[in-house]
Amino acid sequence: MALSANSLKVGDSKTLVVVDDLTRTQIVMYAGAGGDYNPLHSDDKFTKEVAGYPGVFAHGMLTMGMTGRIITDWVGDGRITMYEVQFRVQVWPGDTLTAKATVTNIYKDGDQNMADFDIETTNQKGETVLIGKASAKIDA
Amino acid sequence: MAVDRFPVEASHIMMFARSIGDPNPIYSDEEYAKKSEGGRIVAPPTFPQASAQFDPDYFLRPKIGEPWFGSGKNATGVTKAPGGGGGGGGLHASQKFEYKRPIYAGDVLTCKAREGKTWEKEGKKGGKLIFTEQVQEYFDQKGELVVTVTLVGVQTSKVVTEG
Repeated sequence: MALSANSLKVGDSKTLVVVDDLTRTQIVMYAGAGGDYNPLHSDDKFTKEVAGYPGVFAHGMLTMGMTGRIITDWVGDGRITMYEVQFRVQVWPGDTLTAKATVTNIYKDGDQNMADFDIETTNQKGETVLIGKASAKIDA
Repeated sequence: MAVDRFPVEASHIMMFARSIGDPNPIYSDEEYAKKSEGGRIVAPPTFPQASAQFDPDYFLRPKIGEPWFGSGKNATGVTKAPGGGGGGGGLHASQKFEYKRPIYAGDVLTCKAREGKTWEKEGKKGGKLIFTEQVQEYFDQKGELVVTVTLVGVQTSKVVTEG
């Protein structure tokens, strides 16, 4: 069910572990579903020997996709009007990511009640891997 | 990435939701979705990226009979990998989705893409950074705008492992 404006206040926040010990297989699943088959995400030989990275790493869009759940679980399905992120550091196999969303504004756009959120996803070392914002329609 | 026809299918949404680790039944259970606000299976917010599957020329998908820059017998199947100094192409700097309405299973979308701004920045760890923006607009079967996607890629002159 969708969220109502009177159950929400600025500063409210939620956290969610969006992945615990990210597997290489999940990265491959994302490549298969999303269609980005860049070998940087699945091909250790290429990634080490040609690209010069320590090993394969997650698609930024996998991290953004996993993080999106912190908002959709909170506001309800089909309610997001805007979702944007900046990628800060790479996400590696074995990482555990925690997403946090914080309400920054509750307002009306015409007759439509809206809420804005700040988003931050951190890894097990406390590094910020992604920051972002989202807006969603909420009920009165 | 211009795509003439992006049919949004329930099974594709299910696989995409699995891959991002999201167990929400709205992405897979038709009976559950019928009772929901939209009455249909909804796509997760970042699903428009999967339009890559319907771009015949998408450069990050191996093509039948063509060399691929990933490994086979050798570490790469081409003499020089495409993209910047990192050897694996660019990295993703930022991404924005602006929705007019949710995407539902059964939608047939068209994507029109245009190049946006380009700018340079001196990076702390990655040497010179070149940012390029692309704007993608997804229209539905009625020709109405559903979602606008703005993505920024960055080419680094050195390999970046810490961001």
